Amino acid sequence: MTTPGLSPAPAPTSAPVVDTVAVRSLKTPVIFGVLTLGLALILLLEAPSGDTTFRLAVSTDFASLPELTVPAAAGAWTLTAVCALLTAESVRRYLARRTSPIWVLVVFAVAWMAGFLTWAAAGETVPVVGLLAGSIALSVPLVFGALGGVLGERAGVVNIAIDGQLLFGAFAAALLGSLTGSPWVGLIAAMVAGALVALVLGLFAITYFVDQVIVGVVLNVLVIGLTSFLFSQVLAPNAATLNTPPRFPRIPIPVLGDIPLVGPVFFRQTAVVYLLYIAVAVVAFALYRTRWGLRVRAVGEHPLAADTVGIKVNRTRYRTILLAGAVAGMGGAFYTLVSVPQFNREMTGGAGYIALAAVIFGKWDPIRATLAALLFGFASNLQGVLAVIGSPVPSQFMLMLPYVITIFAVAGLVGRSRPPAADGVPYRKE
Amino acid sequence: MKLVLRNITKRFGSLVANDRISLEVAPGEVHCLLGENGAGKSTLMNVLYGLYQADEGEIVLDDEVQHFTGPGDAMAAGIGMVHQHFMLIPVFTVAENVMLGNESTGFAGTLDLDAARARVREISERFGFHVDPDALVEELPVGVQQRVEIIKALSRDAEVLVFDEPTAVLTPQETDELMEIMRQLKDAGKAIVFITHKLREVREVADKITVIRLGKVVGEAEPTATNAELASLMVGRPVELVVHKDEPQLGDDALVVKDLRVRDALGHVHLDGISFTIRAGEVLCVAGVQGNGQTELTEALLGLQEHVEGSITLDGKQLVGRSVRQVLDAGVGFIPEDRQEDGLVGGFSIAENLMLNRSFRSPFVRRGSLRMDALEEFAKTKLQEYDVRAPDIYTHAGKLSGGNQQKVVVARELSRDLRLLVAAQPTRGVDVGSIEFIHKQVIATRDRGVPVLVVSTELDEVVALADRIMVVYRGHVVGIVPGDTPRETLGLMMTGERPKDVVA
Repeated sequence: MTTPGLSPAPAPTSAPVVDTVAVRSLKTPVIFGVLTLGLALILLLEAPSGDTTFRLAVSTDFASLPELTVPAAAGAWTLTAVCALLTAESVRRYLARRTSPIWVLVVFAVAWMAGFLTWAAAGETVPVVGLLAGSIALSVPLVFGALGGVLGERAGVVNIAIDGQLLFGAFAAALLGSLTGSPWVGLIAAMVAGALVALVLGLFAITYFVDQVIVGVVLNVLVIGLTSFLFSQVLAPNAATLNTPPRFPRIPIPVLGDIPLVGPVFFRQTAVVYLLYIAVAVVAFALYRTRWGLRVRAVGEHPLAADTVGIKVNRTRYRTILLAGAVAGMGGAFYTLVSVPQFNREMTGGAGYIALAAVIFGKWDPIRATLAALLFGFASNLQGVLAVIGSPVPSQFMLMLPYVITIFAVAGLVGRSRPPAADGVPYRKE
Repeated sequence: MKLVLRNITKRFGSLVANDRISLEVAPGEVHCLLGENGAGKSTLMNVLYGLYQADEGEIVLDDEVQHFTGPGDAMAAGIGMVHQHFMLIPVFTVAENVMLGNESTGFAGTLDLDAARARVREISERFGFHVDPDALVEELPVGVQQRVEIIKALSRDAEVLVFDEPTAVLTPQETDELMEIMRQLKDAGKAIVFITHKLREVREVADKITVIRLGKVVGEAEPTATNAELASLMVGRPVELVVHKDEPQLGDDALVVKDLRVRDALGHVHLDGISFTIRAGEVLCVAGVQGNGQTELTEALLGLQEHVEGSITLDGKQLVGRSVRQVLDAGVGFIPEDRQEDGLVGGFSIAENLMLNRSFRSPFVRRGSLRMDALEEFAKTKLQEYDVRAPDIYTHAGKLSGGNQQKVVVARELSRDLRLLVAAQPTRGVDVGSIEFIHKQVIATRDRGVPVLVVSTELDEVVALADRIMVVYRGHVVGIVPGDTPRETLGLMMTGERPKDVVA
């Protein structure tokens, strides 16, 4: 090849050119600032009086932590100051074109929440263990649901039907548990029920290319109708034989269960919760480190590419979504075999949708989605605890808190998240 | 391994995509399959690869008749495919992509990534590919991604390798490297099927050439055949490979772009301070490998980009900061690079598509309602004038062939009073006949005194149309050179090198 006198081009063309200008995001400083001002405002408008006590132990503790008592006004103002400092730090980082690291977020969240609790429970006692343990209890179905969502979406099927899977799982667990008297049979029935809902979803979404969001929503409504009908016609009249499922007993784990604060929150739970810990770990490991997980992710990202290397796309999708349904079904069993020993109509109260939000907030990652579900569970429980100790905030307002947090979390705080490329896109050949 | 296809027939409904096609490829041989877009090349290869099942005919490997029910069977039998649109998962690493579907695993199905990395390194070294097994595929240049595809096939011990339009996305230099790789593979005893519509490449590497048209084998040719012979075989009639044009009648500076800088919402800079001028009656071609800022350039001109700095003036009027509607009203015509995505509404009729950019004014609208008679008359005239082959003006645009769809877009854009024409990839995926027609229209527009900006990744097209050529690389202008600049120089400039005698 002959070319007239070539030389490496001067600077602009030979340098690695397509560079990136740091996009400064005001999101964190603004949210921090608004929250801090809000906290200061409620402190000014309704000044707390008396002391706030944080109870960090339960009576059955082996070695109990002492109670923590702080003067409400001084404590709350101190924590507000901490929040203000962190806000200043995030502004400084914004001006220096850097993002705020995760520890700033965590410390801010803890400080703000502590400050809020100090104010809201002035003159009262906050049962910290109860607050956290209750959060776990409310989170369990959400985490199972979110895991089911992550699995389905990683394989490319949007699992809007999580709520239906939870509800049908709860129903099946109550019915079969009552009939056999065994909570384990109930649990298995719940998994089968969840998988059944998933099978219908798969049939329409994978085989018949129906819009997955629509099928999912329709399934949720269908399950509500079906279970409500069966409840009023069959379960309610024969409640003694058909709707009195046995409960899973609490099994404290030796040693771990005796750790102060952590023990009673995490390790004095039922078998279902321990199964949840295992499920989260197994799904997280399997998705990233095994052949199965590689193929599931491939099918969710680029099904045609997966097909061209001999992976059966739709079979993989079916299998994954059935598994997802079974996992979500286990979450449903928690309602009737652990929380309340009977089935009630619409007893999930839309938890499946919150789980769906946790999937997105968790960026389609099993661990992050679990953390998101725990956050939502905490928000729900906080509302209940505050209502009991009689906080100055109306309980109706508190009831809406988890949903407000969900919207903010999904809309504002997630940052850049990218769903699996083929999420919700049916795979058809030719 | 010797590959024989016997009388392969594949139908889609009433359409016969492959009509009794037979083909023989021996080990150590490069067999070219030459044909236009839509001739049935890709269908044939998908049959061979098990993605489609043939209605009739058989695939024979080393005297054994094969029955593929899916790509897995084809791969197991020793067929490897390098797809036109890479079958790679962007968010996976090279090693993960190579091992996918063929994973070596340890306890309980855990992935053995080390084995996969070693395999990638081994093949990469044997053929001098220089591919890092831990790189994320989406961060690799296109040429390297293609090598990953080749490694993928080789890691499965493929003996027959199919390259489906492999050069469509490559720079001329990368194309040369690919040709070298193909020769190496051939010397290693692989049987190679090379599918393309580019004549130059065929003559460079092919040992045998089979030409197909409309799903049928229409002839075989030797690599010594001339371009004109091959082209007329391919199209079925003599074609003109050059565009006849007179010297441009240059007017004043019409489009003046100064220090144009475009970045996206994530802060990535796609155009970094580029400046150029197009005079009235002049065609400026933007040459460069896909993804070096061309899309952003055309969209910035149209007002489709959000973060634009610098100035764009057309006949002295500033266009930066104007809405798309205002830009159109200033007389800018736009042929977008993806006609199906941005150029047409597939579910609308041809007539409706023809009025998309003027649906808000007379004569098509009166007192807020459409005047169907005016539209009908207009559409019928344009159908004739622009030689759109369609049953009638009510045919859905999505049902037309690529060439006819593009003619609808061209008709719509050129039938306004233009002050500037921006044509992005005007003949991508279009048959040779339509290419001739569209090129003539572009030159006719120029001769009416309209400045024309053509973006193309096909060097042939650039050379055919340009009065001047602007080469872009990574958001910068490498240089603006005369239209008769040698291809070698252009090819080098497309990799970011600037010849000494060229001024940026």
